[in-house]
Order: sequence, then structure tokens, then C-alpha cells
Amino acid sequence: MEEKTYTWRDLINYGLLGSVVTLYFGMIGMLELFDERILITPFLSLGDVLLFSGVIGIVFFAVNKFASSLNEAFKVGAVVGAVSAIFPIVLSFIATSELIAEQFVIRDVFVSVTDRLVEIYNFGLEPIVGSLVLIVAFAIVGVLTALFIKTDPKIERPLLMGIVLTLGIGLFSENVTQILGNLPAGIGRSISRLLFTNKALTIVSALIIFLLTAGITYWRMRRPTTGESRGFNFSFEDISNRGLNRAQMIQLAIVAVVLLLLPWMVGSFLSQVLFNVGLFILMGLGLNIVVGYAGLLDLGYVAFFAFGAYTMGILTTATSLNPGLGLNFWTALPFAILIAVMFGIILGVPVLNMRGDYLAIVTLGFGEIIRILALSDWLAPVMGGAQGVLKIAKPVFFGVEMGSPETMYYMVLAGSLLVGFVAIRLRDSRLGRQWMAMREDEDVAEAMGINLVQTKLMAFAIGAAFSGLAGAIFSARVNNIFPHSFNLLISINALSLIIVGGIGSIPGVIIGALVLVGLPELLREFSEYRLLMYGILLIVMMLVRPEGFIPAEIYKRELRADEETETEIEAQVTSS
Amino acid sequence: MSTILETKSVTKRFGGLVAVNALDLVIEENSISAVIGPNGAGKTTFFNCITGFYTPEEGGIVFNEKEIDGLRTDVVTRMGIARTYQNIRLFPAMTAIENVLVGQHPHLHTSWISAVTRSAGFKDEEESALEEARRLLRFVGLKGMGDQLARNLPYGAQRRLEIARALASQPALLLLDEPTAGMNPNETGEMIRFVQHLRDELGITILLIEHDMRVVMTISEQITVLDYGTKIAEGGPKDIQSNPKVIEAYLGRGAAGGIENGSN
Repeated sequence: MEEKTYTWRDLINYGLLGSVVTLYFGMIGMLELFDERILITPFLSLGDVLLFSGVIGIVFFAVNKFASSLNEAFKVGAVVGAVSAIFPIVLSFIATSELIAEQFVIRDVFVSVTDRLVEIYNFGLEPIVGSLVLIVAFAIVGVLTALFIKTDPKIERPLLMGIVLTLGIGLFSENVTQILGNLPAGIGRSISRLLFTNKALTIVSALIIFLLTAGITYWRMRRPTTGESRGFNFSFEDISNRGLNRAQMIQLAIVAVVLLLLPWMVGSFLSQVLFNVGLFILMGLGLNIVVGYAGLLDLGYVAFFAFGAYTMGILTTATSLNPGLGLNFWTALPFAILIAVMFGIILGVPVLNMRGDYLAIVTLGFGEIIRILALSDWLAPVMGGAQGVLKIAKPVFFGVEMGSPETMYYMVLAGSLLVGFVAIRLRDSRLGRQWMAMREDEDVAEAMGINLVQTKLMAFAIGAAFSGLAGAIFSARVNNIFPHSFNLLISINALSLIIVGGIGSIPGVIIGALVLVGLPELLREFSEYRLLMYGILLIVMMLVRPEGFIPAEIYKRELRADEETETEIEAQVTSS
Repeated sequence: MSTILETKSVTKRFGGLVAVNALDLVIEENSISAVIGPNGAGKTTFFNCITGFYTPEEGGIVFNEKEIDGLRTDVVTRMGIARTYQNIRLFPAMTAIENVLVGQHPHLHTSWISAVTRSAGFKDEEESALEEARRLLRFVGLKGMGDQLARNLPYGAQRRLEIARALASQPALLLLDEPTAGMNPNETGEMIRFVQHLRDELGITILLIEHDMRVVMTISEQITVLDYGTKIAEGGPKDIQSNPKVIEAYLGRGAAGGIENGSN
């Protein structure tokens, strides 16, 4: 193996970078806020995790870049980790030194530099002792990270799963408690009393969860992977194209039951979160067709969401302010989708000859135009202007009025399943191949006999239909819609989630929506830093895993079939 | 033998530059013809005019007794002209077999609705398309490579995959743009035999652009020489080899005499 060369200076540079990150998290007040959320009592808070995350990240990049052997990794991890402590130490000395305090108070400039922050950096110790502890702690974390990167994946995976799940349960202890509380006969309540004290895991329960997860992951990885019994495993393609075997049927049934019972298991708040995630899955699946399959970068996707929502709103309201038609939800739904499709085509026509960045800019403009039109006085008689459309009808399903998060969850669930189903089947068809060929090379696609105009408009129309459906459901849930509900951020969100999830990948859309829409909802108290975390996630993803969490699968079409033909040929040979 | 393709004084200009100048060409059915010429002579532009990628400013192109100049590329393809590219242009992130399936596009007809409902017609069509794609992969010698991404295939395999993709549209006329570019003598020999095989077995008329004179002289029955967009010579391999204008175009003025007496 080629020895990677580096100098001390490289390591110090990386360390300083880590140091800047660690300092930054503190100076913007993130550390202090995150420190209030305890994960494992009494010693581990979310702030601690954040404190070390800068070091972990930087060591990860440094080790991957410089260290090829285990010894090198140790060295790199220790040095980079220790150097990362520099700026926080400088900060805590400046903040605590009385000599400097006489000249100027750092807090006047950086409001987030509080005594509490210094305490976090110093682990509540005296500055000098605390600094030493910080250096040592960072070095240890650096070494552990390096060691972790260099271990066998067979050990790495279970450890990672254990850590992630334990910290996750600690972080969402409140939600977990709530879910457990809904279990019958108070079993859940006793479990949660065992697991948690003061809304955080106890050391013992954290250890148990960690060992269990790691153990199970390790055990599952060791099992031989024979095609049939790979545990929880069926691909979307199987559902759509091939039959399922019995084990897969059972798994699918379990998933279905869980999905159906979910809102009643998790309660109202989490149902609302799930509803939002579902909406973005709907939109993500639609945008995935436009961007992921057809390769048309559409930044104005929110427009079709707005068309769906406004059509639903205008058709179902019948108040003096908004003299609508007073249709019910189900009658209005096809119109909402149709209008969205129509505008998908109308807005698609002018951009037929545009590619790449030009297309992105123009569609971005379209998205904004639609929002501004909705806001305008000119269209106010129809669309309500800034006042929006109020009192939108709730869907009534066999006499049951649906309006609560729990019931509307079923709407998005049904919508997502339908749309996912359509998306999968279209992808594996002539149209899907047309889209992908167009994405890969427009000129050649045309030379293969593909009508580009038709193919592009189909992508825009179907994408718009999915988004229009999402908009219609959204407006029925919130009852009142306003132009500012349809801002650029929705388009950005939908695009980011398919990029993070894995462009062109349907499971990726689901994961992307859970991570980018679900997590922020659960972490409301940190919403101040939502966009920052978002940005960091996107950058890190692009650096570490540009293909997304779940990259689009490559479908094997030849191999399976070729085995068949081979046996056929053999049969012919033997018979003749 | 009847004429499959005829161009009548086709002219294509880019601003002031005349890329193809009043080019007349007649291609007989079931023949192998070549267009040669120095770099920048307008050969690929001429191909682009035939396939409808460019619309010629003047002149007409008749394919199978139908006017095709000014038609869109996809329409021309549907009429039975397929092509490959000088710098291989596959769909890189699709598998080899998917590339061939895309090539079959003109012959598939099921609508997107039947794709969603997976109607019997859709299943039959997909199954036979897949079967045809496998057959084509075997035909070009890519058996077993169908599930690899096109971009991961070795160079020679990519060239052959491109031909398989072109064949998938069941063309009457196949335009090959430098099919042996970047190949070693062994591979070139194989390609020569393969092109002859295409014509002999499948009855496809072949028009190719080629720089390798050994290939051109071995397989073409008719050779057209372009220089600065203008046809300077036409005829069989023997006529072209000894044509002083051709030698001049390739080697410059004054070289003609030397080559004529030489071994070439």
C-alpha cells in the first residue's frame, strides 16, 4: 500500500480547523443550548456530543487523508484532537482572566460567551486544570475516532449502530416515553420508568441498549446471507415486479400493521410530525421523477404544491369572504391534481429547450412568481391575497370527519403509497427509461427516437400531479392557507431531501424526509440552528457520501434471465 | 440494387464557415460506404445533417424515397437511421442492457398507464424487449456484461454496446462514426469482420466515417472524400488510393507525386 505523506504542519492545520469548529459551536450559543438536553444521566448531554463532534469530524477527514497504518492513525488522531482544543482554551482564558476583563468584556461583543460556556469548555474545573483536561479529552476522542475508522467493519458497524441508537433514544427520551405510555396495561410506563430518570437514560439502561443493539447487529452480520432469509429485507422492486416469498409477505404484513397503528401508538404530536414527513415524501417522490429520473433541475417545485392547495381551498370554501363553490374534499381532489398537472405543462413548455442551470434559474423564478401572484391584490378576489383562503373543508371519509393529525396521517399514508407505487412502475417502464436516457444525454436520447418534448412534459406533469396531491392534502389539514406557506424553502427542502436520501432512489426519499423534515420537528427547541445543521449535513453528505443515504439501486436484468436462457440452450443441446 | 439514401447538394454553414458544401451522395442499399477526409473536413457535420441533429441550409436528403431533411432527430431514427458517435456516447449511469432497451424505443408502444397497471400487453412487450436486448448483447459479444453500468465497461465493450444500442432500433441504414478509433490492430480486425457481418447477415446498409485507411480500404465498396466540406473524390478503394486530389488533401501539395510511386 502506498504510504501517504504528511507533515506536522498538515496535522496542526487540521487540528486548528477542528478547533475553529468547536469554538464556533460555542460562540453562537449552540453548545450552551444543547447542553440542557441530557442524554444519559448524569454525565452526557447533547452539548457534550456537539463539543466532541467537531473533533470527531476533523479526525475522520484527517485519518482518511493521511493515515494508512494503525500507528499513523493513532498519531494523527491524537495530534489533531489535542490541537483542536486550542481556541476554546484561548477563549476560556480570555473570558476568565481579570486582567483582560479590565480592558474589555468579551461578552459585550459575543453575547453567547457566558460563564456557562466557559464551564462547558473547562468541564467545570479551574481554567488551567480544565484546559489540560480538554486537551487530553480531545486527544482521547481523536484517538478513539482514529481507532474506530481503522477497525474491521465487522466490529465498526455494530458499534456505530449501538452508539447511534443509544444516543438517539437518550435524545428522544420524551417521545419514547410518550410512545411507551400508549402501550396497554401500563407496561410501557413501567418500562420507561426503568429506562429513564429525569427524561434521560440511566447509565445502566444506556449500557443495556448499547450492548443489545451492538450484539444483535453483530449477530445478524455474522449470519450467512443466503438469498431467502436475509432478515428484514425486501426491495421495492420485488413488491412491484416479482412475487414475494412467504417470509417477505410476513414482513410486509408486519410493516403494514405498524404503519396503520402508528398514529395511535405515537400520539397527536408525533402524528403531526409524521403527517409533515408524509407530505414531503409525496413531494419528494414527485420531484424525484423530475430531478432524479428526468434530470430536470426544478427549483420552483413549490408552485405545484401551491396550485394543489389553492385549488382545493377555492373549490371547497363557501364563505362570504371567499365565495367558493363549496365542493367537498373528494370532489375537489381530482380538480386540484388536474390544475397542478395543467400548470405543470404550461410552465414546462417555456423551459423545454433549457438545460441545467438555466432551467434551475427559470423554474426558481416561476416558483416565486406563483407565490407573488397569490399574494397580489390583482388575484385577491379569487385567491384571497395576503389573507389567504380560510375555512377549507376537511375530508369526510364514510361519515368520519378527518381533520386531526391522526386521521390526516392516513391521507398522506394512502397518498404516499399510491404515488410510490406509480413512481416505481413508471421507472421500470419505457417512460422511465426515456427519462433516464434524457437525463444521461439529451442529444443521444433524441437520436434513439425519443420525443424530448413529450418526455419532458410527462415528467413535469407527473411531478406536478404528485405535488398537487400533497398541496390538496396540506390545505385540508391546515384549513387556512396563506401565500407565505408556499415559499422557496419548500422547494429547497424537497430538493435537499432527495439529494441527501439518494437521488433517483425511492427509499432515499423516505429516509431524506425523515431526516430533513422529521428530525427538525422533534428538535423544535433547537430550531434556531435548524438551517445551520441543515447546511452542515448537506456539506458533510456531499463530502462523505455524495450518492446519498440510500443510493439508487442498479437493477439486474440480464443475469437472472441469462441463467434461464443458458439452461434452455443446454436443454436444447441435450434433446437434439 | 436500389438507392437507400441520397443527398442533393446539402450545404451546412456555421456563421461564415461552410462545413458541408453542396454535397451530393448516393448510397446503394445493402452496401458499405465510407466518408473520409482530413480532420475538420465536415464528415461528422454531414452525419449530423442526415440524422436531423442539424438542419442543412440548402439541399435535400431523401431516405427510402422520403424527404427527411428538416425532420427532428427522433423522427429520422424512427424511419430507420441509427448512428454511433465518434467519442462514445452511451448512457453512462444506466446498465448495458438498459442502454439497449432505450435503443429499442421506436418499437415499443405501451402507454404509461399500462405501465402503471402492468397490463398483459405491457408485460409481453417488456419481456420480448428484454429478450431482444439479451440477444443483441450476445450478438455483439457482451453476454454476461448486461448488468454492468455502461461507464464501467472497458473501452472496446463500450464501442460494441453503442453498436448494439444502434441496432436495437432495427435500422435500415447504420451510420458509424469512427468505429475503430482507439482500437488496437486486433480489435480493429474484429470490428472489420463485425461490420461486414452486419451487412451480410442483417442486410443493414452501412455508412461509416473512418480514419484508419486499412479499415476503409478493406471494407468499403464506395468511398467519398471530403475536404473543407466539399466532395473532392468518389469511387472504389482502388480509384481513391491513386487519386492525386485525395493524396494532396491528406498530405499537402507536392506530396502527390511521391506517394503515387510509393507502396501505398
